[in-house]
Amino acid sequence: MLKDVTIGQYYPTNSFIHKLDPRTKIHFTFLYIIALFTIDNFYGYLAAFALLMGITLVSKIPVGYILRGIKGLVFIILITVLINLFMTPGTPKFEIWRLTITEEGLEIAAFMALRLIFLVTGTSIMTLTTSPIALTDGIEYSLRSIPGVKKYAHELAMMMTIALRFIPTLMEETDRIMKAQKARGADLESGNLVQRAKNLIPILVPLFVSAFRRADELAIAMEARCYRGGHDRTRLNELKYNKRDVYAYFVILGMMVAIFATRWL
Amino acid sequence: MSIEIKNLSHIYSQGSPFESIALDDISAVIDKGSFIGLIGHTGSGKSTFIQHLNVLLKPTMGQIFIDGIDINDKSTKVKSIRQKVGLVFQYPEHQLFEETVEKDVAFGPENLGLGDAEIKKRVKDALTMVGLDYDKIKDKSPFELSGGQMRRVAIAGVLAMKPSILILDEPTAGLDPRGRDDILNVISELHRREKITVILVSHSMEDIAKHVEKIMVMFDGKIKIFDTPQNVFSQVDLLENIGLAVPQVTYLMRKLKEIDPLIDQNIYTVQQAKEEIIRMMRRRKDA
Ligand SMILES: Nc1ncnc2c1ncn2[C@@H]1O[C@H](COP(=O)(O)OP(=O)(O)O)[C@@H](O)[C@H]1O
Ligand SMILES: [Mg+2]
Repeated sequence: MLKDVTIGQYYPTNSFIHKLDPRTKIHFTFLYIIALFTIDNFYGYLAAFALLMGITLVSKIPVGYILRGIKGLVFIILITVLINLFMTPGTPKFEIWRLTITEEGLEIAAFMALRLIFLVTGTSIMTLTTSPIALTDGIEYSLRSIPGVKKYAHELAMMMTIALRFIPTLMEETDRIMKAQKARGADLESGNLVQRAKNLIPILVPLFVSAFRRADELAIAMEARCYRGGHDRTRLNELKYNKRDVYAYFVILGMMVAIFATRWL
Repeated sequence: MSIEIKNLSHIYSQGSPFESIALDDISAVIDKGSFIGLIGHTGSGKSTFIQHLNVLLKPTMGQIFIDGIDINDKSTKVKSIRQKVGLVFQYPEHQLFEETVEKDVAFGPENLGLGDAEIKKRVKDALTMVGLDYDKIKDKSPFELSGGQMRRVAIAGVLAMKPSILILDEPTAGLDPRGRDDILNVISELHRREKITVILVSHSMEDIAKHVEKIMVMFDGKIKIFDTPQNVFSQVDLLENIGLAVPQVTYLMRKLKEIDPLIDQNIYTVQQAKEEIIRMMRRRKDA
């Protein structure tokens, strides 16, 4: 169910990657995404594969766990592949009924599928190795260095932290309310589309009421402890780059250059 | 309605790294028309257990029979089980959703497909039963009521389905003493008058001692003891070892016994304690 989605999930181990500064991982993910889009031949993907494989091994996260992230995207990948397969003009290779698959289509379809898979896997490695709190800290620090956004960096990060914190709570709450209404004979599984939408009312109303109540209570609890946003606010734990981050930046930049260089192969 | 539980086990998220055994091979028979108290510390599996009794959770292993019918059998209608077994969740007021109290209480009976006149009658009866004034409250929004009133409306929502087994998961949590007594009295009265089976989950040994006929003690997903209050509350050490306690007056009577060995220490309600203490004082005066 919802629990199977791995994007955004954290998998704690005590690896080198987990200990890196979240900024290092965020910046790396950005660079990695850019590098992925510069790839124009299969050697590029080979280099990206080597990079991901290396990071996965160091991170001590089971490969199967990372690949689970792709499962949720099978549908999107499939559509991308099919569209590219049939819609690309060029030299015909096969003919199925009235659709033609071209050589170029085959190549682009494979390319797109690989690109999506690499995108998802790379970003899931970031979230799997970084706790949500560290991640938002990293985002806050990174946003601060962008002029114009600096003012809102703290607020944005705080909102993200709170949202992430409440996802499991709200899922539990939904489960509870669904059970309570089922105990009163609510039928959530049958009926046509309109009927089913109507059946959701007994779940959505209490869910919203409870979400607002929680938001209100949290706001009061924060104010009671004198919270007033980012202005002049100091932190208990400042993010500090470590020696290992410097090594990581060197290794990563080297890899990026390598991926980029495959364009000339 | 007799309930028969045979080797019931439940494992949450089986096969994942987050697997947890919530119920571990439970067997018990709950007689028709009895009033059972279910106690156990937080996480001992009480909520998991009672959700099995109206098919909100399915056993990982084992079977449950209500009046001889296997409730998890494919041919058994889930809706008919949920009508027979009314379950009031913890903080039931969090599930109110309609514009008016009347409509909210009618939700259950409507789902049973009853006629309008019958629904109206049941709503009125249920609201009266929980001690609310039907005419005054029926058109109010459930969200403008006080906490105690909301809780009663929510309980009425389950009573309106006329269950023959009523299960309540900590129905008095977060209420003031007056609200707590009111709700427990309503439940006791219902049990006496309608002869329905009641299972009451509670953390208050006093409430349990005052109302129930038999106590089921859960620990670590297992039933540790299932016996009369007398026999359960005499096992002070065992209860304390699993994070529970006996009623306050029982502790008092045990202390008094150190002074006066003739005292009966198997006492667990204030009423019994009163009588025993008067007896003790008379005895000592005569001597
Ligand atoms: N939805 C759930 N998913 C996973 N584990 C759960 C879930 N609900 C309860 N548990 C676990 O099952 C055990 C029993 O919980 P529960 O039945 O709620 O106990 P109680 O009601 O006695 O406090 C606990 O260890 C709890 O963490
Ligand atoms: Mg519980």
